[in-house]
Amino acid sequence: MISSSNVLITVTYQAVKAQLSLDLVIKSRELEKDELRPLYMDFQATTPMDPRVLDAMLPYQVNYYGNPHSRTHAYGWESESAMEKARKQIAALIGADPREIVFTSGATESNNMSIKGVARFYKAKKKHIITTQTEHKCVLDSCRVLEAEGFDVTYLPVKHNGLIDLQQLEEMIRPDTSLVSVMTINNEIGIKQPIKDIGHLCRSKNVFFHTDAAQAVGKIPINVSDWKVDLMSISGHKIYGPKGVGALYVRRRPRVRIEPLQNGGGQERGLRSGTVPTPLAVGLGAACEIAQQEMAYDHKHVTMLAKRFVEKIMSEIADVVMNGDPDQRYPGCINLSFAYVEGESLLMALKDVALSSGSACTSASLEPSYVLRAIGTDEDLAHSSIRFGIGRFTTEEEVDYTADKCIQQVKWLREMSPLWEMVQEGIDLKSIKWTQH
Amino acid sequence: MAASSTAQVLSLYRLLMKESKKFPSYNYRTYALRRVRDAFRENKTVEDPKVLEELLNRARDSLALIQRQLVTEQHWPPFSSIVWAQKQCK
Repeated sequence: MISSSNVLITVTYQAVKAQLSLDLVIKSRELEKDELRPLYMDFQATTPMDPRVLDAMLPYQVNYYGNPHSRTHAYGWESESAMEKARKQIAALIGADPREIVFTSGATESNNMSIKGVARFYKAKKKHIITTQTEHKCVLDSCRVLEAEGFDVTYLPVKHNGLIDLQQLEEMIRPDTSLVSVMTINNEIGIKQPIKDIGHLCRSKNVFFHTDAAQAVGKIPINVSDWKVDLMSISGHKIYGPKGVGALYVRRRPRVRIEPLQNGGGQERGLRSGTVPTPLAVGLGAACEIAQQEMAYDHKHVTMLAKRFVEKIMSEIADVVMNGDPDQRYPGCINLSFAYVEGESLLMALKDVALSSGSACTSASLEPSYVLRAIGTDEDLAHSSIRFGIGRFTTEEEVDYTADKCIQQVKWLREMSPLWEMVQEGIDLKSIKWTQH
Repeated sequence: MAASSTAQVLSLYRLLMKESKKFPSYNYRTYALRRVRDAFRENKTVEDPKVLEELLNRARDSLALIQRQLVTEQHWPPFSSIVWAQKQCK
């Protein structure tokens, strides 16, 4: 039965909708006409939000706006219960207890908190930290700051395939080592480190183990108890969640003590004071739950697309190197070096695909990525590397288009390259003596 | 009972596909169509009525979610993708 109020509401809604559409049409005509956007193939930089995540967040952006730490009224209680539900969802994804999850503003803050926090708490007796050369900038920078405070930091080298040498790590651990930090999946070359083995090694030597799992959470199965991880950083916007939120897993048994970076009202077990942003936390929780449900399906899809892409490229052009170990990797992050082609010019030639030639935080500089340098890539190959990111929303058509365009542009750029000419004639480039003018 | 549940499943599937086609964004649209199709295909042989009921409820929730998200996205539409500018909606 349609009541008159229903009809009124429907008519008003239609009118509002029509007006809004009209406004938008006018607005979009004012902007650049025919503005076309490139395909998105940069899933390691950030990911689009899953519509299911946005759907979970919206109520908390609109009407359920209470502060989750308000104890005295329903607004606070409902926000708190949403926040706790999100905490449970995140904990379930990594095999942790909800009380071990701390909400932060992102993986960068989580990394800073864990490295500086653990180092400073135990600084009376332990002054040594171990990390790798391929870590994210925030980890390396935190270590640099700690060095200035008087700590000893060892930056472990990686093998040519990007993996660390467990033997070397064992040798580097000293009685005064407080923390080892190794990222699970590298954001530039997609390498998966042997976290379980490292975790067991660190536990046997009584050293805390932190891993930056921003690129790994929700993509590969993680169990912090299995892996014997003590601290783990999680990022919201890498798993189809909102930007501006992340989490830190801090183990309770055996207890990991951290000196907090952000002091205040004692929220989040005193480790990270500040109002927890309910909508963002809810979004992160929903993203984690969806990732857990979809993990097998997404992994199958991404593996299939990655295989298709790499096979297509490798079969059509020669002298392409995939940086990093071919097996111990996450398939959705493909870093290819095209010999005799300059990376930046290839990126510009591929202007209708959104790609990056390194991580987003280093893309502003013209230097080749430090990760590629650490795995021992030749200088010229390091300059010509492009990172292709495949994710949940990538389609076969996009992958085929990218591969075809890439092949076409590489061939075109190589035609113009004098180095390529010389190689075709059989000259060994390494034997050339370049003269200075 | 079995006949009506088959009809239910089919009608839900058709509705979900119809709504998914309306997503303005190419990536969301293709993902929704693919995911719905694969989810229904995966559960094709389910016989247990309780599990079936749960799956159907999930499908109904997904339908409501897609409809809500369509309203949101249609008011903040993406620009045309450089590649699919001339293509029709799938």
